[in-house]
Amino acid sequence: MIELQGLTKRYGDKTAVDHLTFTVRPGVVTGFLGPNGAGKSTTMRMVLGLDRPSGGDVRIDGRHYAQLSEPLKYIGALLDAKDVHGGRSAYDHLLCLAQANRIPRRRVDEVLETVGLTAVARKRSKGFSLGMGQRLGIAGALLGDPEILMFDEPVNGLDPEGIRWIRNLMKGLAAQGRTVFVSSHLMSEMALTAEHLIVIGRGRLLADTSMAQFIAQNSRAFVRIRTPQVERMKDVLTAAGHIPVQTGDGSYEVADVEPATIGELAAQHQLVLHELSPQRASLEDAFMRLTADSVEYHAGAVPPGGPALPPGQPPVPAAPGSPYGPPQQSGQPVPPGQPPYAPPQGQQTPPAEGQGQPQWGAQWRNNPRSGKRR
Amino acid sequence: MAAPAAVLQSEWTKIRSVRSTVWTLALAFLVTAALGAVICLVFNNTWSSLSSSDQLTFDATRTSFFGMNLGQLALIVFGVLVISSEYSTGMIRTSLAAVPQRGTFYAAKVAVAGLLALVVGMATSFITFFVGQSLLGSHKAHIGDPGVFRAVFGAGLYMTLLVLLCVGAAAMLRSPMLGLGILMPFFFLISPILSAVPKVKNVARYFPDRAGQKIMEVVPSSDTQTPYGPWTGILIMAVWVAAALVGGYLVLKERDA
Repeated sequence: MIELQGLTKRYGDKTAVDHLTFTVRPGVVTGFLGPNGAGKSTTMRMVLGLDRPSGGDVRIDGRHYAQLSEPLKYIGALLDAKDVHGGRSAYDHLLCLAQANRIPRRRVDEVLETVGLTAVARKRSKGFSLGMGQRLGIAGALLGDPEILMFDEPVNGLDPEGIRWIRNLMKGLAAQGRTVFVSSHLMSEMALTAEHLIVIGRGRLLADTSMAQFIAQNSRAFVRIRTPQVERMKDVLTAAGHIPVQTGDGSYEVADVEPATIGELAAQHQLVLHELSPQRASLEDAFMRLTADSVEYHAGAVPPGGPALPPGQPPVPAAPGSPYGPPQQSGQPVPPGQPPYAPPQGQQTPPAEGQGQPQWGAQWRNNPRSGKRR
Repeated sequence: MAAPAAVLQSEWTKIRSVRSTVWTLALAFLVTAALGAVICLVFNNTWSSLSSSDQLTFDATRTSFFGMNLGQLALIVFGVLVISSEYSTGMIRTSLAAVPQRGTFYAAKVAVAGLLALVVGMATSFITFFVGQSLLGSHKAHIGDPGVFRAVFGAGLYMTLLVLLCVGAAAMLRSPMLGLGILMPFFFLISPILSAVPKVKNVARYFPDRAGQKIMEVVPSSDTQTPYGPWTGILIMAVWVAAALVGGYLVLKERDA
């Protein structure tokens, strides 16, 4: 169990982590989600006592990290797979960590076997590929057979095979009753692994909820209707057993129905429709909305015909029947000069033309902050 | 607290498993011994051309340690890399996650580097001495002569202290570029030059290397005259070392890794 209590980290006048309070519980994978620069890595460094908090407190099973005499037996962490001396062999790297925590030497061979690095154990880690480096880092985290595991963006840069391996590993560890705390900036990735979700933005806690609840709240398929004959339409829909819900902008949303059904209903009753569109809020959309106010580095507006996905985001293959597949666009073409995803105000509302759109570069001009600090 | 013996063992694994350790220490030994041997050979072959006063103040022991001026550069690299490679590679975060008690971690690192330097330093100084003397023919010093054993043993101490000084300084500077960029020119150029400048040399003789090297002197010469003796000299150096190590500890303790 990892407990954060008002955890705060300030660098000069910049607050990287702002009064974070949450608990990471055993038995589930807890996803730690936030845009780049949200403070995820800083938080994790404070958990390990590497960075000193400016305020608040973080405890592992009730104790500060520095009070753990052989910490690798309590908590194994992979913060950055590059945090190894490249001139040392994989075996020696793990051996020096094991010796410091009085972990038997055979355990080094075991974890090398687990992560599949036995064949290159005597090679210097300098020559390792990204995936091999990541596996070495995970071997280090598993070394002390700890009850708590913490991974910072473990799938970054891995091939699909490696991603699936890490996913299954994390699920397996949680299934053994361990505490698994894993950060990511990809909602789609978290949706596949995490059962609990902690979302932060600009160092602040935005959500602390179960994944099931988050999906229930945020991933619904529905049909949007716009009609001048509101009252009659409502009667017709109600009579057919559908429940129209009015939204703020005068349109109606009907859940769990095909657009064709409603179109036929409207035709039968000779009702005029101004809009009839299938909608789907993807988890990615929900995450974007949640964090839109707190994204550290905004991309500029995408020109017409620009990429449909937010920059830097790989398309994620949907598992069959998965409710949280690739981010689905919600029907409307992206108007010129608009970001491709919904703004924070109001779900699926087309943003008012040219209103409140930050100019390119406004972010860094207003926030003369440095880049990510190490 | 982490068990000190376990952390010492871990640090020993770390130091023996990187190539720079072997390279720097082997280079320090080879350069010191080989250059000393060459110089001794030269002195022996040109003995008759030396002035009589030079012959009178000839310090056979000190002469065999001439190569240390160059050899110590490799020791500086060793001392700096022991700690700053942790920072430059990011290993420090992995290390401190394994041993969060930073004092224990630092003490173990200093102890392992210091002990290894002591062993290599003593071996280097005694081998260098005996090789050098064997090439000096009739002008050689004997280990039993007054002050000679002290000088040879002291040379080993000097090398150990130099490494520890670099460990402490590197812990303060953290970056290997900064550490090497400051320490190498200081010991190779700045300190020797300043100790030759009038007036300034009164201050420069209290620099760690100037004070520490006093112990290798058997025959006092007029241009290296100091108000302190050999043991006080090495003590002055030890004070520098202690200050550097304490400074390194404070930086490690206070700053984010």
